[in-house]
Amino acid sequence: MRNLGVNKWIFAVASLLSSVAAWAEYKLNLQTPHTLLGEKIYDLHTIVTIICVIIFVGVFGFMFYAVFHHRKSVGHKAAQFHENTAVEVAWTLIPFVILIALAIPATGTLITMRDTTEADITIKATGYQWKWGYDYLKGEGAGISFYSALSTPRSQIDGEDVAGRQANPHYLLETDNNVVVPVGQKIRILTTAADVIHAWYVPALSVKQDAVPGFIRDTWFKAEQPGIYRGQCAELCGKEHGFMPIVVEVMTAEKYTAWVASQQTKAVAAKVDPDKTWTLAELKTQGEKVFGQNCAACHQATGMGVPGAFPALSGSKVVNGPQQDQIKLVLNGKQGTAMNSFKHLSDVELASVITYTRNSWSNHTGEAVSPASIKAQR
Amino acid sequence: MEAVHTHADHGHHDHGHDDHDHKPTGLKRWLMSTNHKDIGTMYLWFSFCMFIVGGIMALVIRSELFQPGLQIVKPEFFNSMTTYHGLIMVFGAIMPAFVGFANWLIPMQIGAADMAFPRMNNLSFWLLPPAAFLLIGAQFAPGGGAGVGWTLYAPLSTQAGPAMDLTIFAIHILGMSSIMGSINIITTLLNMRAPGMTLMKMPMFCWTWLITAYLLVAVMPVLAGAVTMTLTDRHFGTHFFNAAGGGDPVLYQHIFWFFGHPEVYIIAIPAFGVVSQVIPAFSRKPLFGYASMVYATASIAILSFMVWAHHMYTAGMPVQAQLYFMYATVLIAVPTGVKVFNWVATMWRGSLTFETPMLFALGFLFLFTLGGFTGLVLSITPVDVQLHDTYYVVAHFHYVMVAGALFSAFAGIYFWLPKWTGRMYDEKLGRIHFWLSLVFFNLTFFVQHFLGLAGMPRRIPDYALQFAEFNAISSVGAFGFGFSQLLFLYIVIKTITSGEKAPDRPWEGADSLEWTHLPSPAPFHSFVEPPVIK
Repeated sequence: MRNLGVNKWIFAVASLLSSVAAWAEYKLNLQTPHTLLGEKIYDLHTIVTIICVIIFVGVFGFMFYAVFHHRKSVGHKAAQFHENTAVEVAWTLIPFVILIALAIPATGTLITMRDTTEADITIKATGYQWKWGYDYLKGEGAGISFYSALSTPRSQIDGEDVAGRQANPHYLLETDNNVVVPVGQKIRILTTAADVIHAWYVPALSVKQDAVPGFIRDTWFKAEQPGIYRGQCAELCGKEHGFMPIVVEVMTAEKYTAWVASQQTKAVAAKVDPDKTWTLAELKTQGEKVFGQNCAACHQATGMGVPGAFPALSGSKVVNGPQQDQIKLVLNGKQGTAMNSFKHLSDVELASVITYTRNSWSNHTGEAVSPASIKAQR
Repeated sequence: MEAVHTHADHGHHDHGHDDHDHKPTGLKRWLMSTNHKDIGTMYLWFSFCMFIVGGIMALVIRSELFQPGLQIVKPEFFNSMTTYHGLIMVFGAIMPAFVGFANWLIPMQIGAADMAFPRMNNLSFWLLPPAAFLLIGAQFAPGGGAGVGWTLYAPLSTQAGPAMDLTIFAIHILGMSSIMGSINIITTLLNMRAPGMTLMKMPMFCWTWLITAYLLVAVMPVLAGAVTMTLTDRHFGTHFFNAAGGGDPVLYQHIFWFFGHPEVYIIAIPAFGVVSQVIPAFSRKPLFGYASMVYATASIAILSFMVWAHHMYTAGMPVQAQLYFMYATVLIAVPTGVKVFNWVATMWRGSLTFETPMLFALGFLFLFTLGGFTGLVLSITPVDVQLHDTYYVVAHFHYVMVAGALFSAFAGIYFWLPKWTGRMYDEKLGRIHFWLSLVFFNLTFFVQHFLGLAGMPRRIPDYALQFAEFNAISSVGAFGFGFSQLLFLYIVIKTITSGEKAPDRPWEGADSLEWTHLPSPAPFHSFVEPPVIK
């Protein structure tokens, strides 16, 4: 059913509309689906499009016939008929029948699409402004948890490194931590969000589901081949909406098991001793990283913010005031602004990023904020 | 509608009245106008100004998207442009344009002296400039315009800056204006028809506005409710759209689209009306299936209240609800199909000529149908889930809104300009305007179908490299389309200042009262005594 010639049709129309050559390289249709459900959806789209093209050609065949043969300049005299019950009933009923014929396969596909039961692995995807967080909840790998943010260098986006951009085949569609899943298993994705609505969208796996703050939605996919599939946030979520991609890496079962093991070892290694005393320098170094991932999009790496939109941290009263107030603000966010709650970060991450802001740019409080004081205020 | 007795007498009678008429002059004429023709003119010029403002915003968007990377604007400004481009085009350009047509034409087509409530008519218009001022002024609020999309989804809208409040007030004002305008139109159409003009004898344009006005009265308060809830969530501690306080962000979407889907038809149905006047006139043949046209339009309007959630298939709802909304949505294809078939049948075995209004009407027919077909593709839920919030949807609604509503507005303006101004437009330039608009429109939007199919989300300021070629083409098309509209402005000004004198009935096949009973230009006061329709 796939590639049934719709491509050619679209190709022909596109070529007519523009004289640009070498269209063949560019994608004119849905991405090649890599799930069985995706193939059904692909075929459904092909069928609907073909039916539309046939009706379109039919109706406008009549119109263009009239345009060329029933014109005054060829001496055609106007007939004065203005109704015909038989014809009118026919063109009401025939489309109705066609629509029913379309609705039947669509119903089956939709029901399959929404059946998220009996999943092998369940992963929760949480949308943040502007990155994704993943928690493996059930199945092999349960307990794994990480954030996934855009890894394309800012210089390629801002145009300082145009050559780098042009040489980057995955520009804007690459992350620091990919979602990894095994091939041939039913993966259920739960979506939710921490701040505003996002949407988890991977075209080649035929999934798109909004992530609504405070609610859980779900969707599923079962990838047929190992590979790397790329998508993006599909619901406007603020200024960095275009910069929070989703990359799903589908692996063979063995490789997946190995990946799970490596993640678990990493997690143990990264576990910090809760009693450790941190020096200011240590906190600042770690804080700079946390700041880059969570804060710099609005407050900027320079700490100067964006006048009018996002306040500067450099010289800020809050940052240079009592620790408790700043901790409270970061933990709870500020209602009615883009400053969201950052409760989801760990005590150490919060302590380090607050320490970093209190000792960077024009801020010289000389204070280190301890993870313990974060814990106390949670 | 023809076969009217003492036809010539009445015409002269009107002339007589006009001669002794005190037409206010200067600024007062416009500020305090209660004349449906002057108010119609103001609506149309206002709409054109907004069309230019919204168009410039579109060109900012297309400039940034010409190449991958961030070159010209920052993402937050880009988001503000997509938001206000949408709001200004929908509420500032297209809706007022058709209200302008309604003001000019409804009294003349039903043989009434003016609108039912002339003072309210004045207020409906003069509410628009302050609303426009707020929408444009929002760009200069601290933090810039609200980059939340024209749909103003919560909770993004509850976290936006002060520009959001200006936007909410603008929508309140626009809503008041629309509701008053609609009440005026309904009252005029139901009470002020000339003796003998039954409802089923009204020109199709009047019918489409009667139906549209009911839609407006029904849904504008719903939108006002949605944005008021956003406002109280922002400032007065309510949690309608905040899950932490027991609310639900998706509630906003339900309320918005309960307004939003009928809104699509509020824009499209008057466009159907214009085209239903133009096509028969240039086919020299009565509209095919007048009665079925009326019923189809009413069915579309009624169905439009029952399909809102097809804009939200990915927002999360039970599968049963998705099935219902899919079935209800595909049903709309039936009455819409009837309309298209009727228009084609009107042309069938006619005696066609192709002056500019007819060209735009045919452009409308061809491209609106294409937009209808992509709508059918989108109505199939599993396919929609793939295409939702991608450029496929952007392409779809621009085929319906631009090639649909805008092309029909152009058709209407070229059609009635001789009646309004008493002068003919330059036919050759009009045709050039049509062909430029047609080519550049398709260059801009046809390729966006491919972008959406391949997975490019809408409302992003930067994109992956595989989307580069089509975006470049689309941007070139957008600039071409934008500059072509300057030619339109030139044509209209040239018509007003130096067009050839127009005959009373320049179009052979035009048969509604404004052509058969009134001179060109139509006098300041027309039908002071109603004509009698047999």
